[in-house]
Amino acid sequence: MNELPRASDLGLIGCHVCRMVCRDIKAEDAVCPRCGSALHKRKSGAYTRTWALLIAAFIFYLPANILPIMRTVSLGDVDDNTILSGIIELWVKGSPDLAVIVFTASIVVPMLKFVALALLLVSSQRGSKWAQRQRSKLFRLVEFIGYWSMLDVFVVALLTALVQFGFFSQVEPLPGVVFFGLTVVITMLASMTFDPRLIWDGRDFDD
Amino acid sequence: MTTPSHGTKPAIAPPTLWICEHCDTVYRRRKLARGEVARCQRCDALLARHHSLGVRGMLALTITAMIAFVQANIWPIVTLGLNGQLISTTLWGCIVMMWREHAQVVAVIAALTLFFFPIVKMSLLFWVFLFARRHQRAPGFRFVMVWLYRVGPWTMSEVFVLGALVAIVKAHMYFEVQPNPGIFAYGVLMLIITAFSSIDVRRLWDLTEETPA
Repeated sequence: MNELPRASDLGLIGCHVCRMVCRDIKAEDAVCPRCGSALHKRKSGAYTRTWALLIAAFIFYLPANILPIMRTVSLGDVDDNTILSGIIELWVKGSPDLAVIVFTASIVVPMLKFVALALLLVSSQRGSKWAQRQRSKLFRLVEFIGYWSMLDVFVVALLTALVQFGFFSQVEPLPGVVFFGLTVVITMLASMTFDPRLIWDGRDFDD
Repeated sequence: MTTPSHGTKPAIAPPTLWICEHCDTVYRRRKLARGEVARCQRCDALLARHHSLGVRGMLALTITAMIAFVQANIWPIVTLGLNGQLISTTLWGCIVMMWREHAQVVAVIAALTLFFFPIVKMSLLFWVFLFARRHQRAPGFRFVMVWLYRVGPWTMSEVFVLGALVAIVKAHMYFEVQPNPGIFAYGVLMLIITAFSSIDVRRLWDLTEETPA
């Protein structure tokens, strides 16, 4: 299977933006003749940037989970909800199926992204040949599911706008939701800066 | 930003090859049979798929999406009732409320991913499809295609639909809830987005010809 030719061996570069196949002219300032985007063999500084974004996302992820994301006030009764307590409430009050969806989007997906990206980064940096095909698939999964984590943020936004019954009932957003929204954006950026080609590069590309 | 025409350009080669975007493996292009999907042998990523939907079809889908999007934004999404008091909201209602309640970051994220980016995406698609019908490249084609690629991952209307469902169920525990036309328009939008998800717009580069200046 490894006899399949790779673009870098043939002196070719695929444009990241329009998929144009170009000859690698080894110029620093090479641009795609078709769409005008810069041509790189690999995304530049992928390891450093992805690590930086991943760590930043994790730093934001802690307050996102610890701080409450939403306050419910009804008849003077104040109730602060974290992501997890919101899920438990859904589960207990009779929508376990929805609780599972929210649990997946808000807890499983972000955790999976942290673990998966860290795994991909470490294994690629070591030039590991272990489970390359599965690692490729893992990357595509991370890319595909990434933005669904925004679910809880939108739920809070909708409830805040809807539940405005003054003294009887009111919902306010709390700082946790801001951290959570930022975590999702930063993890999306992290998976975009990672270059899945690195999984197959072995040790030849030091970046 | 891309400033085309600067920098060193390699010569354009005829499009006879595919390069897998996920592992850099090179394949000779071949014609795909109806419904066929070409996958990379090395990493199993999608290389290309046969398109049964032509440019006209894609243009029609884009226009439908635009109509659904307008409906989704002008009609309220849901109405809550408590003690005879009714409150309904639209997307912009949510955005303005989050801004006022000191969650400006969330307001900005929502405004971009649910309103501005979808509008940009639909308008740009409309523009290029309009000309691609006649195999022409629209004015500013290069610029539009690069921006479509960049904006692509940042539209989240389908997540908002699921979010609305969760919010409805949560609110249902304490209030009377009435779904409004907005939520149905969002449902339609979600279907169109799903239909669109298998379309790689970048094939327009091959479907259109550069107009001699």
